[in-house]
Amino acid sequence: MNLYNIIFYLFAAITLVSAFFVVTTRNVIYSAFNLLLTFFGVAGIYVLLGADFLAVVQIIVYVGGILILLLFGVMLTNKIVNVQIRTGATQILPATIAVGAFSGILISLLVNTEWKKVGTALPGASTTANLGMLMMNEYILIFELLGILLLVALIGAATIARK
Amino acid sequence: MIEQYIPVFIVIIVAVIFAVATVVMSKLMGPQRPNSEKESTYESGLKPIGTTNERVSIKYYLVAMLFIVFDLEVIFVYPWAVQFKKLYSQIGISIFFSMLVFLVVLELGFLYVYKKGGFKWD
Amino acid sequence: MGILELAIITIVKILIVLTLVLLTVAYLVYFERKISAWIQNRIGPNRVGYLGLLQPFADVLKLLLKEDIVPTVSNHPLHALAPMIALFVAFSTYAVIPMGPTITLFGWQIPLAVADINMGILYVLAITSLGVYAITFAGWSSGSKYSLLGGIRSSAQMISYEISMGFSVGGVVLLASSLRPIAIVEAQSGLMWNAFIQPIGFITFLVAAFAETNRLPFDLPEAEPELVGGYHTEYSSMKFAAFFLAEYANMIISSALIVTLYLGGWQIPFIERLNLPVGLTVALQVGAFCFKLAVLLFFFIWVRWSIPRFRYDQLMSLGWKVMFPLSLLNIIWVAILIMVFKI
Repeated sequence: MNLYNIIFYLFAAITLVSAFFVVTTRNVIYSAFNLLLTFFGVAGIYVLLGADFLAVVQIIVYVGGILILLLFGVMLTNKIVNVQIRTGATQILPATIAVGAFSGILISLLVNTEWKKVGTALPGASTTANLGMLMMNEYILIFELLGILLLVALIGAATIARK
Repeated sequence: MIEQYIPVFIVIIVAVIFAVATVVMSKLMGPQRPNSEKESTYESGLKPIGTTNERVSIKYYLVAMLFIVFDLEVIFVYPWAVQFKKLYSQIGISIFFSMLVFLVVLELGFLYVYKKGGFKWD
Repeated sequence: MGILELAIITIVKILIVLTLVLLTVAYLVYFERKISAWIQNRIGPNRVGYLGLLQPFADVLKLLLKEDIVPTVSNHPLHALAPMIALFVAFSTYAVIPMGPTITLFGWQIPLAVADINMGILYVLAITSLGVYAITFAGWSSGSKYSLLGGIRSSAQMISYEISMGFSVGGVVLLASSLRPIAIVEAQSGLMWNAFIQPIGFITFLVAAFAETNRLPFDLPEAEPELVGGYHTEYSSMKFAAFFLAEYANMIISSALIVTLYLGGWQIPFIERLNLPVGLTVALQVGAFCFKLAVLLFFFIWVRWSIPRFRYDQLMSLGWKVMFPLSLLNIIWVAILIMVFKI
């Protein structure tokens, strides 16, 4: 499946490059736009993994919702756009050590883990149907609890917005 | 299953090319005779006063927050809706109530925001 | 079917559909002007070509040859990006809409939709949710007060109506037990059209479609008397045309979506009883799809020239206080229908 490899690397490149710009760019709005591309790239990779429902949800919720909130936040804040939002580098030495140690652990895990390969076949049937089955049977309690969690978020939102 | 997404991939590529080409074309085809009057923003023929770095109402922010919560609710409805007929014949009416409880819990939040005046635009 | 064949068929389909959409946009603008003239007792465009039929091409040529003016205070990259996003959205959503049944041509099973995917309806919702960015970026980057106000108003409006749109689609999915547009159309065989079974959902979706396409009575983002041109005040030349094109293309796509979801798609009720040859049936069905689409487009135009604009607070309370609860009720209604009548 050579074509799928090419598509995978394309999406991976989009994700990585735009994520890099999210962190490094000095303008918040450019950052937001690059984040959009990052989410898009990740959604593409989800599709390649056979998780098409997740990919669509990724775009609807993250790109269509959370990023919009972020943009509104930027616009709500007075003159944030012209300010250089970049903290200076302090504590370089401890940070280097910590980051080095952490990446060492990650890389050693990456190398030493025995990755399971569950065959090359992807789920053929509709992923949405499977999700619905799981949601209504095994995870029904979690599903209802999620409703309560969202209710709390809703009340929180209403409280924040009222000064 | 992945094959069905290849057309989508091609459509997206074509759409990107088309979009970029249209905007680039507007730079190439038209004349370029800029002057400072032309390049100032429109403000009913007067000189623009101030900048656009004004703060907007908090209401917009609230709408975006509410949107995220209800958007998640919508997302959870779809897997249930796809399986509803099948599960109803297997399990029965409880499948209806499990979604009804979920919706009602969230509508309580909706009513709370409503009572708090969250949807008032003044 | 190999991947190469699939790709070639797809590209052919894309070219056909894209040409059709562009031609329809061109003549939709013409008919919008003609119908508005007719409603207001005027003549409308009648100079370019017979009955003014070449008017759309004259318009496009004129816009192409205009100077592209970018305000100095604007944010240039984002200013150029916004119309690109608008066009991208307009020209990628048509992909999943089925225009006819699956046909067999040269031994291949070809569905008459560019892409036949399981997630079809959610794909449309996901891509249209990107449309908010075009308007937000356009409004923010122009550096004009009218643009900013129009942009932020519009984005709040669009996300508000996306909720009731999503819930209305939920009712359709309940009946079809699938998110595939083709399966949704097939579930509406005979006179089981969703518009009849779930009229509330049909109305909420229709209203949401008007709001999402920023058409009157919901064209607050470009309310001329107060906001000049709204988010595209500072756009000219093909960039302006891009927004214009995207608006009309979105209108066509949402009409096609309404036909697919609620009006039985390409189906003609009880056509199978006539025992027509397969080719003729397919041609009639594609014709039926186009006819339904044309009726809806006429409805869009008719509403635009008949109903005055809403006030912004009315618009937002209509979305949240009326349409949102109604679309929820619709889901419960459909679920009860399924349980009682075992549809």
